[in-house]
Amino acid sequence: MVPITWYLLVGAALFCIGVFGVLARRNAIAILMGIELMLNAVNINLVAFWRYLAPTVATGQVFALFVLTVAAAEAAVGLALIIAIYRHRASVNVEQIDLLKW
Amino acid sequence: MTHETLSTLTWLIPVLPLAAFFAILLLTRKYHALSHTLAIGAIGISLVLAQIIFWTVVPGGGAHLAEEPIRGTYDWMPTGSSALQIGVMVDPLTAIMLFMVPIACFLIIFYSVGYSNFDKQPDPHDHPGQPPHNGREPLYSRFFAFLSLFAAAMLTLVVADNLLLLFVGWEVMGLCSYLLIGFWYARNYDDPGQITPRQAAIKAFLTTRVGDVFMLIGIVALYSLTGTLSFREIFTPEMTQKLGVLPSVIVGIPAAQFIFFLLFAGTIGKSAQFPLHTWLPDAMEGPTPVSAMIHAAAMVSAGVYFVIRMFPLLAGSATPESPPTFAVMAFIGAFSALMASTIALAQNDVKKVLAYSTIAQLGYMIAALGIGAYVAAAFHLITHAFFKALLFLGSGSIIHGVEHGAHHTGEHLDPQDMLNMGGLRKKMPLTFWTFLVGGLSLAGFPLITAGFWSKDEILADALAHAPLVFWVLAISAFLTAFYTMRQISLTFLGKPRTESAAHAKESHWTMTAPLVILAVFALLAGFVGVKPDFPGLGPILRPGATGTAFESFVAPTIENVVRLEVPAFEVTPLVASIVVALGGLLVGWWVYARRPLAAGQPDPLTKLGGLHTFLKNKWYFDEVYDWAFVQPSIRLGVAVYKWIDRWLIDGLLHAIARGAWRLAEAFRAFDRVVINGGVDAFVNGIKAFGRWFREVQTGWVQQYLYVAVLGLLVLAAIYLALMS
Repeated sequence: MVPITWYLLVGAALFCIGVFGVLARRNAIAILMGIELMLNAVNINLVAFWRYLAPTVATGQVFALFVLTVAAAEAAVGLALIIAIYRHRASVNVEQIDLLKW
Repeated sequence: MTHETLSTLTWLIPVLPLAAFFAILLLTRKYHALSHTLAIGAIGISLVLAQIIFWTVVPGGGAHLAEEPIRGTYDWMPTGSSALQIGVMVDPLTAIMLFMVPIACFLIIFYSVGYSNFDKQPDPHDHPGQPPHNGREPLYSRFFAFLSLFAAAMLTLVVADNLLLLFVGWEVMGLCSYLLIGFWYARNYDDPGQITPRQAAIKAFLTTRVGDVFMLIGIVALYSLTGTLSFREIFTPEMTQKLGVLPSVIVGIPAAQFIFFLLFAGTIGKSAQFPLHTWLPDAMEGPTPVSAMIHAAAMVSAGVYFVIRMFPLLAGSATPESPPTFAVMAFIGAFSALMASTIALAQNDVKKVLAYSTIAQLGYMIAALGIGAYVAAAFHLITHAFFKALLFLGSGSIIHGVEHGAHHTGEHLDPQDMLNMGGLRKKMPLTFWTFLVGGLSLAGFPLITAGFWSKDEILADALAHAPLVFWVLAISAFLTAFYTMRQISLTFLGKPRTESAAHAKESHWTMTAPLVILAVFALLAGFVGVKPDFPGLGPILRPGATGTAFESFVAPTIENVVRLEVPAFEVTPLVASIVVALGGLLVGWWVYARRPLAAGQPDPLTKLGGLHTFLKNKWYFDEVYDWAFVQPSIRLGVAVYKWIDRWLIDGLLHAIARGAWRLAEAFRAFDRVVINGGVDAFVNGIKAFGRWFREVQTGWVQQYLYVAVLGLLVLAAIYLALMS
């Protein structure tokens, strides 16, 4: 069986990719996708820790399911926001969405 | 009637005209008929009350009244332990004044209805403050208000039981004379040398003020020595004796005489005696009823009344054998009488002649008091008031008649100049006969006129006590008779010298009725002064009595402190007064009436040359006063203005102002540079920093996140470093 470190490394890598996506992408949808990556990286950790540390209780799996549900809801709200902004400004480039200043 | 009732009635006498004054001025100014009804009604009720009081006290006799006068006194102004009082008192002297003053005031105010042309409509061409041309007086109501105040002030003065209230009445009267002499305040003359009413008003006010200042000092001195101003308390034997021996500030003169002199100075001003007489002739600028008010009923009489009232003050320095005398007063009175009589000779203004005759007659009274003839002075005061009121109202009627003629013919002339008159006897018969009565009374026509009896008494007293005064007064009496005849001749006799005089018309009945009433008094008032030992008349009028009716009533007023001695009947003064009166009238008749002056003919007196000019210019008193007092005052005023006011005070003020200005400038600079600058710099710094620092907030959410992640990493690194 592969050690837990590998899973954790995959999760950390995935999280870092998500963070990078969120910080570096200019497309709002891509940012949303970055967020999804970070959530799923967390899910990998949860499942990995469940399997290796406490396989008798289903806490980690249930937690991961909750995260998925919240991620789905978040994606729905996020996409709706993006569509609204797109309708308004014909763009989803976050560099142009900069009204919240001074 | 009880004592309290009488005292209340006495209070009401001055209060009613005062109320009328306020009512007219505040409420009924627009309603002329109501205004004069109020004024006449108020003084009318006062007249009735005064008569009630007079006839109530007369049967009791003067001695009883002097002992127990009608009194009503209240505390007025508390002054520490005591209080200044306000109160009324009716003693014999006040009683006879209460007989005379309201009658004269009432008739004068009544006469003013006709004089101010109530029977005519207001003329829109007339200006307020100028005499009406042929319409009703524009300031009709105001005139009656002022007259009422005048009467109220005089009555206050008469009933006052202390010097303070008397002084109040005295000064209010001064105010009224100012207001009424200057009643036609907007009047101007073509001749700039002629005094205008407003100048005359100021002159009268200031001249009397000179005397009043001394009088006030006298009152204060009296108060500080005696601690009271009440007549009853001052005029006690103890008090007058004490004042008679107390030394005054001037060595050798007792306090009583010194204070009396100060008080007498007030009278010199008010009664227009030399040297403060110059205001009185100019006071003729006022409407004629005012002249009558000033000359007969009130003002000048008040001066003499005051001296009579204060006369007992001299008692302390007198011996029991002789009445007190005061040489200064005798001199001033006699001199005024002589001087005014001579000036009256050369005056052509019908009212100015009367004005100077007033000075002369008041001089008689003052001289009489100066030689101790207390009763004679009081008697002459009463008779003079009647015949002088009559003469003034008569002259007003004459002027009115001539003005009517001037209006009718369109002539421009001085309606007061006697040379413009003549022949008015037929045009104005009532005025003529009453004026004749007044004139004869003034001249002292024997037996049938009041003036004869009072003047005779003064002359008799003068001969008994001071022969020199007698001669001066006798000459003055001769001159008086002469100029009276001159006035009557020039005015009424002969043929009219101008068209206006020819078209003169008898005045309205409201003006002639008072004349007739006053004429009755001018004839009959003298008979209370007939001596019991006067041949023929005496035994009929005063059988078995000692002293005249007037004397036996008035003399007790001061008998508790002064023993008065009225000389018995003597032939010499009687002959003298008959001779001077008839002689003067005869000479006057011979010069003026035998061949009446024709139009354009000069006055026969001008043949006197320089003397006539001297008299016509009133002994140059005005010029001398102008040179001695008025011009130096003006120069002093200019100097004070230039050097003290402009240079010293203004300079000082300007220096202070400039200093303050400079200081303020400095503070302002400090304020601007340091305080404002500091605050501004601080604020600008904050602002600049904010402007620079806000760049941090870009609005890019990613950037914020970026910073957050970096921060997180940093914190994590620190955490890890600390843990290991």
